[in-house]
Amino acid sequence: MAEMMYWQGILRAHDEEMARDPLVFAMGEDIGVAGGTYKATSGLFAKYGEQRVIDTPISENSYTGIGVGAAMVGARPIVEIMSVNFAWLAMDQLMNNAAKIHYMSGGRIRCPFVMRVPGGTAHQLGAQHSARMEKVFMGISGLRVVTPATPRDAYGLLKSAVRCDDPVVIIEHESMYNLKGEIPDTEFFTPLEGVEVMRQGKDVSIFAYNISVHWALDAAQKLAQEHGIDAEVIDLRALKPMDRAGIAASVRKTHRAIVVEEDEAPVGVGSEVMAILNEECFFELDAAPVRVHALDVPIPYNRRLEKAAIPNAGDVVAAVRKMLGR
Amino acid sequence: MDATDQKRLLREMLFARRFEERCAEAYHERQIGGFLHLYPGEEACAIGVLEKARTGSDYVVTGYRDHIHALKSGMNPKALMAELFGKEAGCSKGRGGSMHLFDPDVRFMGGYALVGGPFPLAAGFAKTIQLRGGDEISICFLGDGANNQGTFHETMNMASLWNLPVLFVCENNLYGIGTAIERSTVEINQYKRVAPYGIEAAQCDGQDIDVVMAHAEKAVQHVREKRKPYFLELMTYRLRGHSMSDSGAYRSKEEVEEWAQRDPIGIYKRRLLDAGVVSEDEFHAMDKAIQDEIENEVVRFAAESPEPRVEDIARYVYTEGGKQPWLK
Ligand SMILES: Cc1ncc(C[n+]2csc(CCOP(=O)(O)OP(=O)(O)O)c2C)c(N)n1
Ligand SMILES: [Mg+2]
Repeated sequence: MAEMMYWQGILRAHDEEMARDPLVFAMGEDIGVAGGTYKATSGLFAKYGEQRVIDTPISENSYTGIGVGAAMVGARPIVEIMSVNFAWLAMDQLMNNAAKIHYMSGGRIRCPFVMRVPGGTAHQLGAQHSARMEKVFMGISGLRVVTPATPRDAYGLLKSAVRCDDPVVIIEHESMYNLKGEIPDTEFFTPLEGVEVMRQGKDVSIFAYNISVHWALDAAQKLAQEHGIDAEVIDLRALKPMDRAGIAASVRKTHRAIVVEEDEAPVGVGSEVMAILNEECFFELDAAPVRVHALDVPIPYNRRLEKAAIPNAGDVVAAVRKMLGR
Repeated sequence: MDATDQKRLLREMLFARRFEERCAEAYHERQIGGFLHLYPGEEACAIGVLEKARTGSDYVVTGYRDHIHALKSGMNPKALMAELFGKEAGCSKGRGGSMHLFDPDVRFMGGYALVGGPFPLAAGFAKTIQLRGGDEISICFLGDGANNQGTFHETMNMASLWNLPVLFVCENNLYGIGTAIERSTVEINQYKRVAPYGIEAAQCDGQDIDVVMAHAEKAVQHVREKRKPYFLELMTYRLRGHSMSDSGAYRSKEEVEEWAQRDPIGIYKRRLLDAGVVSEDEFHAMDKAIQDEIENEVVRFAAESPEPRVEDIARYVYTEGGKQPWLK
């Protein structure tokens, strides 16, 4: 077990998969010679060459489509989009082609296509570099959407995505590439479906994903130390398909639910989890479930305003205390 | 090309024509639903170009006006008609429809509805060919209207930059639905639009299959041997409306009549008659045999095939292929 950073996990997954299969290749803006905006592909260009580590022009929709086409006839592309904000330009190829080809062809053509993309709000990047778009991808039939919260999963989810025969979108986070954590030395695969219990607890279930898992874990620690509340933290991790049974199982234990998301509330991960709670385990609930989420505004540049727009661990603590009346 | 092949080509074009006309009837009888875009008038384009390709091994992709490209690629006409009828025996198991025909067994990679969407897919097939190292090529057929999409310019740039073996065939029928090309496009000669990307290109008559084949042979050879893209523009015309819901009222009678004189089947038939390759009687017998085959084999098969089961509606959202340990 070695301590590695999130970006190093992603790099290791690329390297192992590219060494194993000559039809795995990577493409994206500045991923080759420059080594990637977050270093996640550094060194690969020298090792695998320009045919397999491709610096693309700034043409998101078409290089995504080239990846999709390559996947349809047997290759396994890993396409990096520099920022999720730019993925809007690739939506046509992603949703009209990647997501639908297997279904439209009656299962005759597979599309083992992987898109990696950092999302989230970083530091004062302004509204056009701060989008959180998981709600868009998870609304599309035919895609798989996963979100690593740890270096281990940044590695393990990419490994799984490359092997999977369906199109997979991996949403990373701008602020997490230097996060440290343990990654086993031997090869492993993080499953593309299912939740993971990050902390066992009995009083309340806090559902989170990607960066909000860390807010939830910080909040749980504070709740235990300062308020005697034992919170369970669940990493949703797979946003599509979402693990309905896993969500219900935790609530059957705690009877209370909070969803924490970095995104604004409407039509999002939180609303989906709320619907699942209603449909799967309504009568298990002792309190109305609550969402902790960003404000419904384009993210402002000013540091104070930006902080005010995005939730944090303190907001999670407050929401739990309010729910439990302690 | 010997007489046998010439007769075969005439038969293929006539089969395409009769097939499409029969589709129109089936649409009026409500056996075919949705959008239906037919190919009459343009037969020499798909048939002429693909005659010079290695169908079954080269990859072929196109837009929604895809029936004849699929047939010439080797798709069984019964599977095609069954798809139009929405049947389980259809080439896409009834999940695709007219605009979404697929047959990976013969490397016909589809039929797509979004104008311009297939450009990058074609370049992607070529990318995989390049990685595997073979001498196959990728062939993308699209209309003149598609060249105003960003994907056209983006893909031309990347295909040329990376030496991808793609043949882009532009079927320039002078209209995008009801908008005449000079009203949508500054440079109406489409082959000139790829010059800045360093792609070799040519323009030729798309109504005379001999002319199409001569240009296609050169184009295919260029892509196959130089491992670089090529752009071939074929000047053509659709004799029907854009789709079944379009009467084509934006075109003058004179214009349509002028192009009807240059019907690709008429041109080729005349040539073969003059050369004594076929007789008028043989032609009529051929036509009758085609119509019988379409009616008694193709349409009957489609009509009698079972519908997909509603219980299977959620199949194919994701792949099923055995156990995938990375899923759960
Ligand atoms: C992205 C997109 N925009 C608009 C349409 C509607 N549409 C369907 S076909 C068509 C015209 C396309 O013309 P062209 O590329 O010349 O092909 P043709 O039908 O003439 O063969 C349009 C506008 C579409 N299907 N996709
Ligand atoms: Mg046109």
